[in-house]
Amino acid sequence: MGSKFVRDESTFVETSEDSASLRLFLSGEWTLQNLPDIESSLKSVKALKHPAKKIELDVSGISLIDTAGMILFVQTRNDLRKKIRKQNVVVRGVRANSEFSKMFRLVYRHMKGEALPEVHQRHPFIAFFEHIGRRFFEALDSMLLFFDFIGRTYAALWRDLTHFSFRIREISNLVKKTGVSSLPIIGVTTFLIGVVIAFQSAVQLQQYGANIFIVEIVSIAIARELSPIITSIVVAGRSGSAFTAQLGAMKITEELDAMTVMGFDIFQFLILPRTLALIIVLPLLIFFGDIVGIFGGMLVAKFQLGITPMSFVERLHKVFAMRHFYAGLIKGPFFAATIAAIGCFRGLQVTRDTESIGRQTTFSVVNSIFMVIIIDAVFSIIFTELGI
Amino acid sequence: MKRALIQVRDLVTQFGERVIHDGVNLTIYEGEIYGILGGSGSGKTTILRELITLQHPKSGKIEVLGQDISKAPHEAMRKLRNKWGVLFQFGALFTSLTIGENIAVKLKEYTRISDSLIKDIIATKLEMVGLDLSVASLYPSELSGGMIKRAALARALAMDPRLLFLDEPTSGLDPISAEQFDNLIVQLKNLLRLTIVMVTHDIDSIFSVVDRMAVLGDKKVVAEGSINEVAQTDHPFIRQFFGGNRAMIRRKHGK
Ligand SMILES: Nc1ncnc2c1ncn2[C@@H]1O[C@H](COP(=O)(O)OP(=O)(O)OP(=O)(O)O)[C@@H](O)[C@H]1O
Ligand SMILES: [Mg+2]
Repeated sequence: MGSKFVRDESTFVETSEDSASLRLFLSGEWTLQNLPDIESSLKSVKALKHPAKKIELDVSGISLIDTAGMILFVQTRNDLRKKIRKQNVVVRGVRANSEFSKMFRLVYRHMKGEALPEVHQRHPFIAFFEHIGRRFFEALDSMLLFFDFIGRTYAALWRDLTHFSFRIREISNLVKKTGVSSLPIIGVTTFLIGVVIAFQSAVQLQQYGANIFIVEIVSIAIARELSPIITSIVVAGRSGSAFTAQLGAMKITEELDAMTVMGFDIFQFLILPRTLALIIVLPLLIFFGDIVGIFGGMLVAKFQLGITPMSFVERLHKVFAMRHFYAGLIKGPFFAATIAAIGCFRGLQVTRDTESIGRQTTFSVVNSIFMVIIIDAVFSIIFTELGI
Repeated sequence: MKRALIQVRDLVTQFGERVIHDGVNLTIYEGEIYGILGGSGSGKTTILRELITLQHPKSGKIEVLGQDISKAPHEAMRKLRNKWGVLFQFGALFTSLTIGENIAVKLKEYTRISDSLIKDIIATKLEMVGLDLSVASLYPSELSGGMIKRAALARALAMDPRLLFLDEPTSGLDPISAEQFDNLIVQLKNLLRLTIVMVTHDIDSIFSVVDRMAVLGDKKVVAEGSINEVAQTDHPFIRQFFGGNRAMIRRKHGK
């Protein structure tokens, strides 16, 4: 039986086989860009179940090898060694190839033959329950932390009250940022809401010839419910998320830690001013929303139902009880405190990876809108019971 | 004649009104470890960022591996970027990936090698930079500053680049690790014929691994060459730097 010569698709690995042994002539540049080809030419070697008694790896033809190439070489050699007796895997031509031997020494020293630790997978059924359990305790933890946060905020408030040391500059700056600059967007949204509500009711009212009731419908709906809710949602999306992102970034850059060690209490310096600023701003924004929303309704009344602004205002004056206005306004500080607290709390929950800023900002907006709606529901129950 | 791998000619950099470099010239030859020295704020990081195209100079010409990088087309730049590895001053690991994934990210994206080989490459590179294999499944936020540095170096080495840019690789490492790191760099240079450009303040690195260097000062290169050539230049910064206690001890005892 003569030796047969098999040439693989590339020139990196040539095999020649006789009855006693299998020879692999390795050649070419064993560098990263060639590795996919080399790996596929080695596949046939790796696939051998019962290889020959003796295997010779001849490396004298390797002209250039980098660390990745050497790792592949060592991997292949170790594989073969597992299949047949260790001593029968022979590497030839190392001495002639000084590049190869130097690289071998560099890489081999660092290849302990251990695999990377596997991340062990649980049974999906168990993993499911584990996931639920983990989530439950995370939620519990996060709730406890939130209470802790609220407590600290009150403590800071108490310190500020007793020392009368409110950070007026900071607060007024934040009032400008969260209040004045959000007037346009709040104006546009509440105006459109007023217009839409008026349009929808106008169609119905016309059928009954009860045109003038548009005044009650628009003014009460806007003042009691729509303006507070819409304004809070816009503020949560605009300012609450900004608080989260800002505090989160400060946490990542360790600015918060720096403040703490310098003796600046972050609750007093960052969180309380934000909370107070929103508490001041939100009722004002709600008031602004009331006016713009009712104005929107008035325009629809004029063009759709032919009610002049004059008679609209007159009717408004006659039927609109101030309690509706106060009922809407009083919710403002509560919504504001909720949005600010959640926004800041979520910011402090940011961990050292950048992804968590995004996650916490989302949480911040979703949680605060959810809480605003819950609190609104509680208020409407209270108001109904009290007959307001 | 050695081949110049990187050439910088008449480089001018400006941030707003502030001029950082005003006519910087550098030549970096193949197969050498090139140090960029200079005081804090002298524009070392900036010049490195310009070499790797993260920042664009106001004027001047930068050639890397024979490409004029201000004029190179997109495809040529992509090829070029695969030939270099970069270690940022503060690591710049991707925080949403584990250390293992960080090291493998370019391998997975740009090559078609098998997963088992990728795993072995990750393990070997971690071992090379002196990190425990268990680190592979951790996230950057769970590592110390020095470990981040090592992991970032492992990532820079993952693709066996021809050109390695290191921004203060040994700052933040303990002296023993720093020495190991220096040894590793020299070994890699000799074996892989790497060319290494490093910004460094480390006296030991400068004496033991750097072949040639440039000292930045007064918005220019005040001296370029081997350590002996540079040390002879009469410039306040160089006098201070090489006249300090630690440098004096090094010079007495030779390399
Ligand atoms: N994006 C930027 N905008 C404005 N100025 C910058 C910017 N980046 C750097 N600079 C200025 O350029 C100068 C050089 O900065 P560079 O980061 O290159 O310094 P360096 O030599 O690396 O210093 P160090 O040793 O402290 O790292 C500094 O004065 C810095 O203020
Ligand atoms: Mg720098």
